[in-house]
Amino acid sequence: MTALTESEPRSHERGERARRPGATLLEVSGVSVTFDGFRAINNLSISIGEPELRAIIGPNGAGKTTFMDIVTGKTRPDEGRVLWGEKSLNLLKMSESEIARAGIGRKFQKPTVFEAQTVRANLAMALKAPRSPFDVLFFRPGPDVAARISELAAEIGLAGELDRLSGELSHGQKQWLEIGMLLAQDPRLLLVDEPAAGMTPAEREHTTDLLKRAAEKHAVVVVEHDMEFVRRLECRVTVLHEGSVLAEGSLDHVTRDQRVIDVYLGR
Amino acid sequence: MTDTPHSLGRKYPGGGRHGRAIGPSDNGDGEAAPPPAGRRADHGETGKPKYWVLGLLFLFCFAVTIMSEAAGTGTISTSFVKTLGKTLCLCLAAIAMDVVWGYTGILSLGHMAFFGLGGYMIGQWLMYARTEAIVLENLASQPIPATPQEIQNAIGSQIFGVVGSSDLPPIWGFAHSLTLQLALVVLVPGLLALVFGWLAFRSRVTGVYLSILTQAMTLALSLYLFQNDSGLRGNNGLSGLQNIPGHEQTSQAVISLAFFWASALAFAAGYLLFSWIVSGKMGSVIRGIRDNESRVRFLGYPVEGFKLFVFTLTAVVCGLAGALYYPQAGIINPAEIAPIASIYLAVWVAIGGRGRLYGAAIGAAFVSLLSSWFTGGGAPPLDLGFYRILWTDWWLVLLGLSFVLVTLFAPKGIGGLFDFLVRKPEADREGDYGPDAGSRRAEEGPEDEEART
Amino acid sequence: MRLLKILAALLLLPAAVLAQDVQSVLQTHAEEAASPSRRSVGVLLADISASGAPETATFLERYRDREVWQRLSDGRFYYAEDTGDRTYTLIDIDTGAATEGVSADDLEQIRPNGGVQREIAGALVAFQLSDPDISRRRTAVEAIARSPSEDHLAPLRASVDTEPDPALKARKEQLADLLAATYGDTPEERIAAIEDLTGSLSVEVRAALNRILATEAGVATDLPEANIARVLEPGRDLTEAAAYGILVSEGLAQANPTDAEIYTALTQNIDGGTVAGVPVALLGDPAERLRAYDALAEAGAVPRRIPPEAIAGAVTSHVFFESYLEPDEAITDAARRVLSGIQTRVGLGQVADRTLDGLSLMSIYFLAAIGLAITFGVMGVINMAHGEFIMMGAYTGYVVQLFVPDYTLSLAIALPLAFVVTFGAGVALERSVIRFLYHRPLETLLATFGISIALQQLAKNIFGTQARPLTSPDWLAGAWAVNDVIQISYIRIAIFVLALIFLALLLFLLNRTRLGLEVRAVTQNPGMAASMGIDPDRINMLTFGLGSGIAGIAGVAIGLYAQVTSEMGSSYIVQSFMTVVVGGVGNVWGTLAGASLIGGLQKGIEWFNPSNTLAAQTYMVIFIILFIQFRPKGIVALKGRAAGD
Repeated sequence: MTALTESEPRSHERGERARRPGATLLEVSGVSVTFDGFRAINNLSISIGEPELRAIIGPNGAGKTTFMDIVTGKTRPDEGRVLWGEKSLNLLKMSESEIARAGIGRKFQKPTVFEAQTVRANLAMALKAPRSPFDVLFFRPGPDVAARISELAAEIGLAGELDRLSGELSHGQKQWLEIGMLLAQDPRLLLVDEPAAGMTPAEREHTTDLLKRAAEKHAVVVVEHDMEFVRRLECRVTVLHEGSVLAEGSLDHVTRDQRVIDVYLGR
Repeated sequence: MTDTPHSLGRKYPGGGRHGRAIGPSDNGDGEAAPPPAGRRADHGETGKPKYWVLGLLFLFCFAVTIMSEAAGTGTISTSFVKTLGKTLCLCLAAIAMDVVWGYTGILSLGHMAFFGLGGYMIGQWLMYARTEAIVLENLASQPIPATPQEIQNAIGSQIFGVVGSSDLPPIWGFAHSLTLQLALVVLVPGLLALVFGWLAFRSRVTGVYLSILTQAMTLALSLYLFQNDSGLRGNNGLSGLQNIPGHEQTSQAVISLAFFWASALAFAAGYLLFSWIVSGKMGSVIRGIRDNESRVRFLGYPVEGFKLFVFTLTAVVCGLAGALYYPQAGIINPAEIAPIASIYLAVWVAIGGRGRLYGAAIGAAFVSLLSSWFTGGGAPPLDLGFYRILWTDWWLVLLGLSFVLVTLFAPKGIGGLFDFLVRKPEADREGDYGPDAGSRRAEEGPEDEEART
Repeated sequence: MRLLKILAALLLLPAAVLAQDVQSVLQTHAEEAASPSRRSVGVLLADISASGAPETATFLERYRDREVWQRLSDGRFYYAEDTGDRTYTLIDIDTGAATEGVSADDLEQIRPNGGVQREIAGALVAFQLSDPDISRRRTAVEAIARSPSEDHLAPLRASVDTEPDPALKARKEQLADLLAATYGDTPEERIAAIEDLTGSLSVEVRAALNRILATEAGVATDLPEANIARVLEPGRDLTEAAAYGILVSEGLAQANPTDAEIYTALTQNIDGGTVAGVPVALLGDPAERLRAYDALAEAGAVPRRIPPEAIAGAVTSHVFFESYLEPDEAITDAARRVLSGIQTRVGLGQVADRTLDGLSLMSIYFLAAIGLAITFGVMGVINMAHGEFIMMGAYTGYVVQLFVPDYTLSLAIALPLAFVVTFGAGVALERSVIRFLYHRPLETLLATFGISIALQQLAKNIFGTQARPLTSPDWLAGAWAVNDVIQISYIRIAIFVLALIFLALLLFLLNRTRLGLEVRAVTQNPGMAASMGIDPDRINMLTFGLGSGIAGIAGVAIGLYAQVTSEMGSSYIVQSFMTVVVGGVGNVWGTLAGASLIGGLQKGIEWFNPSNTLAAQTYMVIFIILFIQFRPKGIVALKGRAAGD
């Protein structure tokens, strides 16, 4: 409640929901979406602060990926609100690219990099810069761009692969490239879908470090199956079940929750 | 032009960046090279303009000039100079098509319509100015000078007599001015592409749907032009365009050579422009759109804007190419805009090799010249004993079948041979087929459900 | 009136009583017969008509045509034939017996004048209208309908009551009304007749009413006492120039010289490089021309120009109107009322006619597109050679007709054969090209386009560029006419029925059979389908063959009503694709909806501008482009994942 400023039009509404210190960055409330009669998301409400690291867990079909699809504009919900940032922008009225430009970056579950292009081109494309066609046409990379790409490449362990086609990379390397592209966008909110899949233990540790570091300044939402990975993140956990929030709190807290045990952990 | 000697010097072997692929460390041109691993990334799609293409072009132009009737030995007939000039215009249209299809993944079946529109726009001025000269000459013999209205009426009945009308329609309002019509050469195809593209891309029509929609646009345009009251002389089209007003005394030999050079310069300029566009970050983004449109969107790029930009720009270039083509052809009629013309453009690009500009140009030149050789009766008949194959009858069958073969067995077209020559390993990832991946929707399931409500 | 007397005689005197031959009647009125006069010939004609002699009609015709002669020696009447040397062969009127070598001196030709000839013709018509032979009666009625005249009314009416054939009787009644509407004696009679015409849709009736409502333009200083149709307001109903033109042509105003006249006047008055003091070089300017002309007029060389105020004044001081030629207002009112009622009905009829037209166009589009709906819609394969399969089917029909001259039989052979031929071609295409290109739709498009141009050229090489006829059997040749406005050719009905059959067949095949189930399974998830024992290769092949085969049958149907050329396919391909896309991909109902929309729309647009089918197509395509903006998935959009790919 202390975080509210006068300029916020919906301050009284949001005040009740902002239970955590730090400004609410993303507020999803009362969202439902139906695919062919199947309710993938059912009256879902989640709010993410900035900075915050949040893990979302849940069994298959709980709506984790659909949640990300809604936030990034890929799927339009049937009802509900998705508000963003200090100005409470309505994300539902924005296109995917506008949402991305507003500061929401996403790493897909299956790595989708541009396989016909080099690692460098992939990173350069993701790098934060004006996105309009004419900006891009007249874009001339300065030394800072090259430096930033090298820095990112070093971070994700692809410094030696910068000029290879990304289609030639191994699955794990593609995962890293995708994470690198996410970092390159420098978003305020990072949506990370199963980052640890296909990674060695050492790589997982590195990923954890990376996400934790990112969460010092940004909001990071991680969807993950791997409980060990989630534990290492040491963050607040939201458990989704059948399209709505089942429990929320520390990992220890939610793992003690009987309902969570029933639907997810107990199996 | 100043860099011609330089680029000639780099023409062999393999030229520029291709040369590097011959041996691992054979960087003969001394260019600061990226690490060897990077060479795979560069199979013609990316990178700087291939200056050897321009070098070859200018060498070719000089050769033609020396052998032409107007300025040289006369080995090459004026009509063949015209054919070559026209071919260069088609090459320009083909590289534009390559940018929109091979690089951005939009299989437009409407770019020859833009080409034809450019031709119509310049044709209006050519026809008007020439008719005006004739009319003024005729009226000069009358006892009292004609009023502007009478001149206008005479021009109107001269041009529109064939469709049973004598009034100049309002769309000829700018025809008296070369400057205005030149502006229309750019504006008309540009605006049509802009409006059409905006409508189509906005509603996220992609893949074959977009192709059919562009084809429908082309069909509508040609049907419209076929009408006598379209204001562009119906199926008679515009004719006598080879006569350049103000140059009545100049022989066609000189005019044809001038247009040949103009076409060559236009092609060179277009080649440089498109090379610049497809290299660098712009090229990266549009190829990204081709290979995975939604991923580019999630990176924050307004995909529709990029598509619209490419679609409109290439339409404008096609319009300009058409404006250079039709004065050499002498006549334009709605049949030139029929959907089939645009499909041929795609055929040329596919045979030449998508995703590399020089490939598209080679395809256009190769197929269109071969086509005119075969259909013009230049090819000797093939006697099978029981049947004599006359190529005027069988060329289209051959072309159609060879097109199937190219699609099936050589998706990279003639340009792919260059890779073969420089022993580049065949890239085997889906991205290499490029354009189609852009229309694949396997990854985009939920997007399909996103019916707009 | 004399006609009425004849008729009275005809009707009142029983024929049997008067059964006598023509000659004896003529002898009874010998003097009148020899030199008939318009006033008195009626009695003679009435008696002849009433005689019941079989030769009456022939006699009246020949009498009218001045072919009857009188032999002076015995006063009898004969037909005569000139045999040269001033001798004639006489033929007896009743028996036909010939008498040769009669000298011209003994003969006198009877020459009825124009008035008498009309009287005779009237009697003749009356006679024919009551002729026992129905075909003669019918001919007489149609002859009257072709050239109606006042004289026909009475005999026609008189013959109505005795007419035994109901259809002909109705026709006679209508014709009598038509005649009475124009020629009736009293206004009441005419109005009654006009009102009897209510509801008839025939062109004849509309023409007759329009004739009654014919107007002529008039101009006067004040509105005259006449049956005024409407007053024309200069500036609204006609331009000021036109109004002034009327005044000039009525001699009420002086003509204003036209530009051409001014030009001629100027050229005729060039005097040493100037015209009335204005240098010739300046005459390119319209204002200078007028100045020179006015100067000439001032000098009296040419008539003056009328100043615009004078024109406006002349126009405003007159009233322009259209008046009916028919002076009686009650009659024109009735005619207008009836005509407007008829026009409303004609309008409705035309709507129905257009609808039927649209329906048949729709079924053609449906037939052309339904094969595509399977290959493109269900399989997702874009086949640009689909139009060539249509062409192939049509040529199959043509070839069959070359060998089987009986059109009904050849059609019965051609339909299944076309299916077989194009099914085979489709399977061959699928096996040799398309199966390598699944999931590369744009390349499929280009490869099949290659096939398309090759097939087209091949057909040209084999069959030539000339259009080949595909003749329909006789029983399909006519048209089904509901009334004078609504009619539809049987061939279009047949195509409509064919389309319905295909709709039912496909719905059954796709939704109710094992094959349909497998097709849908393979379309939605080939991998899963394969693991359940369905052979995707086989299914793809069959589906593609089916789609192509239907194109072949559509080709036969289309060939029957349009011409068979090597390019006929390409004129359907774009429309077919649009039909499928507009309707909604992957759904037979969608294709039907798409075909309805496109066919209906095209006919609808054509209605507004009937002369220009090209424009209709242009606007239709533009409409479709816009339509896809709002319903990118077509009219019948499938929901869920199956829709997309």
